[in-house]
Amino acid sequence: MAIAREAEPVSSLHEVREAGLDREDLLGMYRSMLLARGIEERGHILYKQGKIPGSYYTGRGNEAAAVGIATAMGPDDWGTPLHRDMGVHVVRGLEPWRIFAQFMGRADGFTKGRDGNVHLADPRLGLVAMVSHLPAMLPVAVGCALAFRIREERKVAVGWFGEGASARGDCHEAMNFAGVRRLPVVFICDNNQWAYSTPTHLEYACEHVADRAEGYGFEGVVVDGTDVLAVYREARRAIEKARDGGGPTLVECLTLRMEGHAVHDDAFYVPRELFEEWAKRDPIERFRTWLRENASLTEQEEDEIGSDVKRVLADAVLRAEASPQCDTESLTEGVYAEPEELDTPHHK
Amino acid sequence: MAVMTYLQAISDCLRQEMRHDKRVFLIGEDIGVYGGAFKVTQGFQEEFGAWRVIDAPLSETAILGGCTGAALVGMRPVAEMQFADFVSCAWDQLVTVAAKQHYRAGTPVPIVVRLPSGGGFSGGPFHSQNPESSFAHIPGLKCLCPATPYDAKGLLASAIEDPNPVLFFEHKHLYRRIKDEVPEERYTVPIGKARIQRAGEDVTVITWGAMVYTAAEAAERLAAEDDLSVEILDLRSILPWDKEAVLESVQKTSKALVLHEDTHTAGFGAEIAATIAEEAFEHLDAPVRRLTAPDTPVPFAPALERAFIPQVEDVVAGLRDLVRY
Repeated sequence: MAIAREAEPVSSLHEVREAGLDREDLLGMYRSMLLARGIEERGHILYKQGKIPGSYYTGRGNEAAAVGIATAMGPDDWGTPLHRDMGVHVVRGLEPWRIFAQFMGRADGFTKGRDGNVHLADPRLGLVAMVSHLPAMLPVAVGCALAFRIREERKVAVGWFGEGASARGDCHEAMNFAGVRRLPVVFICDNNQWAYSTPTHLEYACEHVADRAEGYGFEGVVVDGTDVLAVYREARRAIEKARDGGGPTLVECLTLRMEGHAVHDDAFYVPRELFEEWAKRDPIERFRTWLRENASLTEQEEDEIGSDVKRVLADAVLRAEASPQCDTESLTEGVYAEPEELDTPHHK
Repeated sequence: MAVMTYLQAISDCLRQEMRHDKRVFLIGEDIGVYGGAFKVTQGFQEEFGAWRVIDAPLSETAILGGCTGAALVGMRPVAEMQFADFVSCAWDQLVTVAAKQHYRAGTPVPIVVRLPSGGGFSGGPFHSQNPESSFAHIPGLKCLCPATPYDAKGLLASAIEDPNPVLFFEHKHLYRRIKDEVPEERYTVPIGKARIQRAGEDVTVITWGAMVYTAAEAAERLAAEDDLSVEILDLRSILPWDKEAVLESVQKTSKALVLHEDTHTAGFGAEIAATIAEEAFEHLDAPVRRLTAPDTPVPFAPALERAFIPQVEDVVAGLRDLVRY
């Protein structure tokens, strides 16, 4: 028996306008989804060409969830996106060429070759770089929210996790603390049904991860993660509720991970029929169709957006390939911060 | 100057830092209404309010993850572990997230974790440990182990100013036992600088925390009974540690004993002994000796615990043996 609310799909343009999006926003979201997928696809090619060391992860199937949430965030809000959330980085404005430089371990990557793949973020855009121990980022998001609460700022933190991460203690500890103190944080569960090869029924025994919210004293909601507008509406509600002092919400975005855990994994353990079924709900195709039917998206606009994304990607790859390799002389630099790095803005 | 216990010096520092900088806040279990298990923050919530002296749920992970997140957005959190032993629950937050954040992502994580540590009163295996060596192995962290009220106050102020995650090990057995004159005004003690507790010529004891007093008592006895001149170096900080001061002292005395309350194998004493062997070998007249707790959990029964923690007579015997080499 589900406890969490199951969100309705978004149907009309009127409903979207009520949620605060105009046509330009919608086209921007569509572009962000294309760009997120494009970055991952180009990265995969670079990986196969041997230009990206280590392992390589994609978030195919999660574009709507990531873009919908990030679009609902305010400019001063903070977030801790994970490895399926390229759309968040795109919406917040990370430069694609630096993302490729990060993938390739170059000096212009966000971590200057200290860390790889999607362990990236731009703190100037309110994002914190993830660690591999995924649920460990939730207490960090709660800490951002705690600071906002202490300073009485109208800012919200957004913390991401997967249904696999939901099995770990820090997920519980973060949500419990946030619930007890009614902190301005929104938890986003990217539930893509597979944690590496482990299916949901071996990760949790309730119907929805979002059902747990009830136990922490806040609302849980399950939304179709392939419906960018429904995700946006639910995220916006949750974020504005947190901003107004209403405490946390757990939003579970249900999707299917359309590729392996990382590109080395062919996901043989996922039933083919499941892929076929979810391929029909591809988030980008779905949104494109919606835009054509409800927002008069023209073929010309589609082409313009598509070509623009292609151009951005081509330029980004070229620029990233020109980025210098990391200087091994710098190996031991930056383990510790210097005092002058601390002049962050604050409220005395 | 005022006479303060080690505990009062820590409280005094926290109070001054909170008055001095609104970004500083405290978070821990039972630190607010109750004033902390050891009463370090007694009366703080009345002065600073419940949102700057935060009673957290029983979750070291939420506390330290919360500190990291708050620090990333401009705060200066100071966390209290009720006992140092419980920091194991938050290993991931310290070691995986906070310690590596600056190297990976270039963002400073200015947090302080206070860790009441050490044994001597039958706290048993889970309320008596000295886990500093485990964290001294983690690049990105700093580990401080003050022995005196003066250093406790000044090093804690430095820790709060520091832009990195700093673990501040405060020895519980010093809290109310050790008193000294401490300036009432705010001051800092530099991180990574050792202090000569007692100057001597014949042999060097390198130690920190409560063992400084054990060494001092042994040195007194050896001066009176054996006419031995023992130099005691109080490291104060083990990550970073004052290698120069250690090498300088060893060059002078040619004999060194490393003393710590933590267990033996891969304890921080091993790092010091190896460094002396590597860098001052030709100055040595004897092998570097380690005097530590044995490789067991901390036992509960008073007689067992006394046998576990290095005692004055163990140090006296160890130094006599070393001097005779």
